[in-house]
Amino acid sequence: MAVVTVGGALVALEADEIVYGAIGLAGSLFGVAALFFLLNAPYVAVFQVTVYIGAVAVLIVFTVMLVRQEKWAKEVAPTSAAKIAGALTGLAVAGVIIFAAVSSNLSGDTSLQNTAGFLQIGQLISTGYAPVLEVLALVLAASIIGALTLSRADKEVSEE
Amino acid sequence: MNSLTDFVIVSGMLLGIGVYGLVTKRNALRLLFAVEIMINAANLNFVAFGQFLFASNAVGQTFVLFSIALAAAEAAVILAIVIVAYRLHHDVDVSELKSLEG
Repeated sequence: MAVVTVGGALVALEADEIVYGAIGLAGSLFGVAALFFLLNAPYVAVFQVTVYIGAVAVLIVFTVMLVRQEKWAKEVAPTSAAKIAGALTGLAVAGVIIFAAVSSNLSGDTSLQNTAGFLQIGQLISTGYAPVLEVLALVLAASIIGALTLSRADKEVSEE
Repeated sequence: MNSLTDFVIVSGMLLGIGVYGLVTKRNALRLLFAVEIMINAANLNFVAFGQFLFASNAVGQTFVLFSIALAAAEAAVILAIVIVAYRLHHDVDVSELKSLEG
């Protein structure tokens, strides 16, 4: 699962054709969902598959196919200096986190002791975190309206 | 694949890959991919710590549910911006989009 997740992330960024990159991203998201299953959190895993692979990945693939043309194919390759700098930065970030995780005493926790399931999630969402849920609904509505306005206003401009 | 450290290591690798993509790439869609990968690394960390360190507490899972919904909204807006930028410029190279600067 870890191999699928990390490999999919690498394919998403390094594939020549950007459609393959989108498919690699979907694979990576699927690997994360499987890791959620391993973590004894099936509800989050199902939510991840539904929202990310069902909605976001499909949206990305549609956008890629809508936007892709001949000019699209020649993606500007980063210079080798930028590549080295990026690789060094990424390796530094990952290295610090991995070093901190390994050198801490977190590895003593090998048993999944959390038994919280649907019931606890539902109680949290509908009681203590109800305002968050409402604000999140507003944010989603606003983002959808914003996306619609963006792609609509442009159409009117180009028709003039 | 059964201790907290393993999950944190995978999360750290994902975050490193995301940072690499964010630094190197100039294509708007690749940048979106990198951001999604980093968001997933953070979500994985939330669920891992919540599941291993607490006995009966769903706060980690609940927070990740909210985070996934926010990421979906963000992806929708970014894709709309990408489509608009492509219609106007026929290009999605972020270093070319000078008209978006304030």
